Amino acid sequence: MSGHSNWPEWIYVAVVIALMAWVGAEAWEAERLVEHVPADAKTIIATGQQWFWTFEHEDGTKEIGELHVEVGKAYKFEVVSTDVNHSFNIHDYVVLIDAIPGRVNTVWFAPDKVGEHDIQCREYCGLIHYNMRGTLYVTEPTS
Amino acid sequence: MTLELQKPRPIWQIMFSTHHTDVGLLYLISSLTFLFLGGSLALGIRAELFLPGSQIIADSMTFNRIFTVHGTTLIFLFIIPFASAVGNYYVPIMVRYKDMAYPKLNAIAFWMIPPAGVLIWLGFADFTWYATPPYSIISAPGPAADMWIFGLKILGISSVLGALNFVVTILKCKHPDMSIGQIPLLAWSFLSSSLIIIVAIPTFAAALLMLLTDRLGVSGFFNPAMGGDPISYAHLFWFTFHPEVYVLVIPAIGMMYEIIPRFSRKPIYSYNSGIFAFVMLSIVGFSSWAHHMYATGMSFTEKTVFMVGTLAAVPASAMHVFNFVATMWNARIRFSTPMMWAVGGIALFFSAGAGGVVNSAMPLDFTTHDTYWVVGHFHLFVMGTIAFGSIGFLYYMFPYVTGRMYNETLGKNSLCLVFHRNCSSILYTTRTWLVWNATKNLRLSANSRMDCYESNSLYWCNDHWYQYGCILSKHDSQCWKRQTCRHRRSIWSWRQILLSI
Repeated sequence: MSGHSNWPEWIYVAVVIALMAWVGAEAWEAERLVEHVPADAKTIIATGQQWFWTFEHEDGTKEIGELHVEVGKAYKFEVVSTDVNHSFNIHDYVVLIDAIPGRVNTVWFAPDKVGEHDIQCREYCGLIHYNMRGTLYVTEPTS
Repeated sequence: MTLELQKPRPIWQIMFSTHHTDVGLLYLISSLTFLFLGGSLALGIRAELFLPGSQIIADSMTFNRIFTVHGTTLIFLFIIPFASAVGNYYVPIMVRYKDMAYPKLNAIAFWMIPPAGVLIWLGFADFTWYATPPYSIISAPGPAADMWIFGLKILGISSVLGALNFVVTILKCKHPDMSIGQIPLLAWSFLSSSLIIIVAIPTFAAALLMLLTDRLGVSGFFNPAMGGDPISYAHLFWFTFHPEVYVLVIPAIGMMYEIIPRFSRKPIYSYNSGIFAFVMLSIVGFSSWAHHMYATGMSFTEKTVFMVGTLAAVPASAMHVFNFVATMWNARIRFSTPMMWAVGGIALFFSAGAGGVVNSAMPLDFTTHDTYWVVGHFHLFVMGTIAFGSIGFLYYMFPYVTGRMYNETLGKNSLCLVFHRNCSSILYTTRTWLVWNATKNLRLSANSRMDCYESNSLYWCNDHWYQYGCILSKHDSQCWKRQTCRHRRSIWSWRQILLSI
């Protein structure tokens, strides 16, 4: 029980609260924009299973362990799993969403440069989890 | 207070005693034993990851088992029992009672820990310390998973019994002349953490039972093949284990509240704000559990709610740090070993908390989630803050327990060793992440013992231990540099996504 006044601590706490409010507001605003899926986004169904990824494009073509997309277009992933939990991740584009059996989770991105990127599973899913990966090929538009 | 070394007693007198200092001593011995065991697993993990490729651990399943048992051991068999050891020793004395409220219950709560530890260690499960279904139901091998479930079940009962005992001791057995606003902050920390345990643990106990019956095939709570929902397990688990983080950290802060004023030779700056912050932490600890689950496909509203709940914990934690710093301000500090540990713990507490703000911000969490960043973050808490407070208090209570003084030089040397280890391993882990953003999947990388050239990815290449290893073995330690440019921009690439809208 200290008898002295405690105003420095309350000023400090007010500053911390203001800082957190700012962080929260910025994060809220950014996430709100990121969650907005463009209307013309093409759908890709990404299926995770022990221990590889399968991708199905809108036109029905399937790819295993590889994904070819065109630069400058928006893509929406519908991420599903057939066995245990996985997490679909293209780290270079901060694409991350869990693949949960029984659920369809969506995430979208729009590649802005031609290149190759890693696709990986980011949720522990068993023996060969460490090698559950693929490659994203961002190519020039064909037409 | 028994002075063990001055008046030695046969071990069975301590083992079959129900006196609070004897039970506290048993807690102390068992928790330190498990600290060494769990720590040796950590050494195994680090030694394995010193170089790419398989070094000392036979296969990836063994590796997965090792990090699972490492986490389970150090959280449930070191940190919580260590806090109970300190609480058993000091809480009855601080509230001026002859013993704990229920001495036999106290001894029972302790004697549940060794069998639980044996179950966990003999089982050696592989599904990480949170046992996510459906992997833990349909895929995790053999009796190991069931033994882990039973081990955790027993530990949960032990925690609840211990917590009930603390609450009754503090509230009902304290000296009638002493109000609740006069008991030391260490006792306050045990009151708040015990209340959290009583509210939070039963949820996990239920989840464990559901997990067990799911594994037996008689129910399908979390098994999608039987209509269950794996996400509901995540909610039940984190509803217990986010508050549990505060269960771990609050007693350690209480120990620092004991050490800091003593060696600053001043009363604590503000006793009232210490109590206020403890109570706040216990309340807001329950408002933030789903920040562990941003990536499970939560709605924007859910994420916002839990982000706000998470950020609400920051001011309360900051009040503790302020209190410590303000107490040391202008004080004639005696830098004895316990004080040095406590000050180190406060510094690491601050870094851990500051890093945690990044995780709580929704868009940034999607880059840090499941990476080294998060590993660095929570090791700064459990190893940095909690273990530092605990080990500091171990030195502090050593003369009380043994009747002899520890060796000051050795104590300080141990701090330097651990602090360097801690900073180098954890801060570097976090820092390298930040600078190069080489954040590949933690769990992926933790399992990845493939050559980094082959897999064309950074995984461990950015880790300084890995680089030491590369230098020693004349590998190309600069392999990460080629990757740097590509990775550096990705932390902000969500901004680029925004620009492309």
